[in-house]
Amino acid sequence: MEIPAIVGAGLVVIGAGIGIGRIGGSAMDAIARQPEATNKIQTAMLIAAALIEGIGFAALFAV
Amino acid sequence: METLLNDFSVGLFFWQTILFVVLLFLLRKFAWKPILNAVNEREDSIQEALDSAKEAKLEMAKLKSNNEDLLNEARAERDAMLKEARTMKDSIVSEAKVSANEEADKIVAAARESIQHEKMAAITELKNQVAGLSIEIAERILKDELSSADKQKAIIDNVVKDINLN
Amino acid sequence: MQVKKLVRTLLLLLLVSPIAIFAQHGNEEHSSGNHEVKTEELSEADVKAAKRKAYIKHHLQDSYDFAIWHAKGIEFPLPVILFDEGLHIFSSSKFHHGESVAESKGNFYKIFHGKIYKTDAEGTIAMDDHHHPTNAKPLDFSITKNVFTIMLMSILIFFLFSRFAKSYKTSLVPSKGGKFLEPLIIFVRDEIAIPNIGEKHYKKYMSYLLTVFFFIWFLNLAGMTPLGIGVTNNIAVTFALALITFLITQLTSKKAYWGHIFWMPGVPVPMKFILAPIELLGVIIKPFALMIRLYANMTAGHIVIMSLIGLLYVFTNWFAKGAFLGLTLFLSIIELLVAFLQAYIFTMLTALYFGGAVAEHDDH
Repeated sequence: MEIPAIVGAGLVVIGAGIGIGRIGGSAMDAIARQPEATNKIQTAMLIAAALIEGIGFAALFAV
Repeated sequence: METLLNDFSVGLFFWQTILFVVLLFLLRKFAWKPILNAVNEREDSIQEALDSAKEAKLEMAKLKSNNEDLLNEARAERDAMLKEARTMKDSIVSEAKVSANEEADKIVAAARESIQHEKMAAITELKNQVAGLSIEIAERILKDELSSADKQKAIIDNVVKDINLN
Repeated sequence: MQVKKLVRTLLLLLLVSPIAIFAQHGNEEHSSGNHEVKTEELSEADVKAAKRKAYIKHHLQDSYDFAIWHAKGIEFPLPVILFDEGLHIFSSSKFHHGESVAESKGNFYKIFHGKIYKTDAEGTIAMDDHHHPTNAKPLDFSITKNVFTIMLMSILIFFLFSRFAKSYKTSLVPSKGGKFLEPLIIFVRDEIAIPNIGEKHYKKYMSYLLTVFFFIWFLNLAGMTPLGIGVTNNIAVTFALALITFLITQLTSKKAYWGHIFWMPGVPVPMKFILAPIELLGVIIKPFALMIRLYANMTAGHIVIMSLIGLLYVFTNWFAKGAFLGLTLFLSIIELLVAFLQAYIFTMLTALYFGGAVAEHDDH
């Protein structure tokens, strides 16, 4: 049985979504704990999210 | 991936690279360097101004504390002077008191001495006068006693009696 | 604080959304392959939908004409430059918007799906089994719509910033326009360059970071106009940018950078052998992700907005039209934010890679 490539794409989107969601959630926790470090956390969060996004896209285009 | 490769346009890539590199060098020379230099310069000047302000503040504080020191010193000096004057006054007064007392004592002693002297002189004189008077009285009494021969004989008898007793 | 958190959540959502949209986009691409064959069997609505899809695709694609108002035919031709056994330069008006065959020095060319193919005098395009043309493609260095836009925006950026730079000669306080631009320059320096590269090395990268930041941002904004000049949603453009980042990273890298790749310090020896190929792969993947991210985000944004505008025409109900108009407006504003965010992320990651290249050994 052949699985269509688009299913893989869907899996990639789910994975990336979970990953970025977790980053966002953790960042929220971190900001709640240390509001004074908001800027640093925000930057780190965006970088991490962007990196996951990049991998997500890369996998998506490989499909 | 296939669509991506299909979409890839060599011409666009070529022009983009050329234009971007040209833009990069032009902006670097005509925009970024002057802008960043100016921004740095301004930041430096602001920093400098802040530093100098801080320095001035410090200097001011130093000056102020210096002034205070000077004032304190002056005050202390004044206090010391006053104190000295007071002690000097006290010492002069006490000295004067002491010397006055001494003088008074001396005078009193001298007076007492002279009084003693005078007293002694008076007593001596009194003694002399009393002696004179007594002699005179004795002379008169003797004259009276020895005025008759009976009386002289009585006296001699008396004396002789005394001698016999011995 | 509440608002800030909301904005941050929204930013994160923005990062996820294009992935989902792209998955769909890929699907559309696959299905659009067959629709031309079956056109006769489709209903009128389907034909309309296919037309809209084609229009969106056309809007996103590069073109040989510069259309100011496509529907009214207000457009001007751009020069076509081809290398095909000699240099061919002619105006794109010869193609008549892709409808006719252009002749130059005895060779015939035709536009098919936005690309120039070499044909015979009749303009026949031979297809293979996968519905791809088998005709030869000449080396195409034409000044296309996108190239023209890059030129225009480059000139705009150059004049804007060189004039701004000149204003500093008279006074150290920025002029009117500079009041807006200077904080951005300082933002790139203080928030992107210095934290990621370090106080010691950041100066030599500033020119590139600033140029990349403003170039991407201005082109992203230009893509927001209805002119259909989305330059940054072209893989060739993002590839060029990522390639330059890659080259600068490698050319300015210090010994410690390669040391970290081939002989990761601080891990056991067997791990070093495992990590080396992964790290080496990372060297390529990093700029690749940079390229894909910008391309995909901008393309996804355009597709969403174009699709929503398309929906405005699909619905006849005025209430639905109003709702979609509002949604389009909202997403357009979000896209304005994305235009900045993507420029920021591209610059930020570029700075991060530069920082890795110049990091000293004891930094870690």
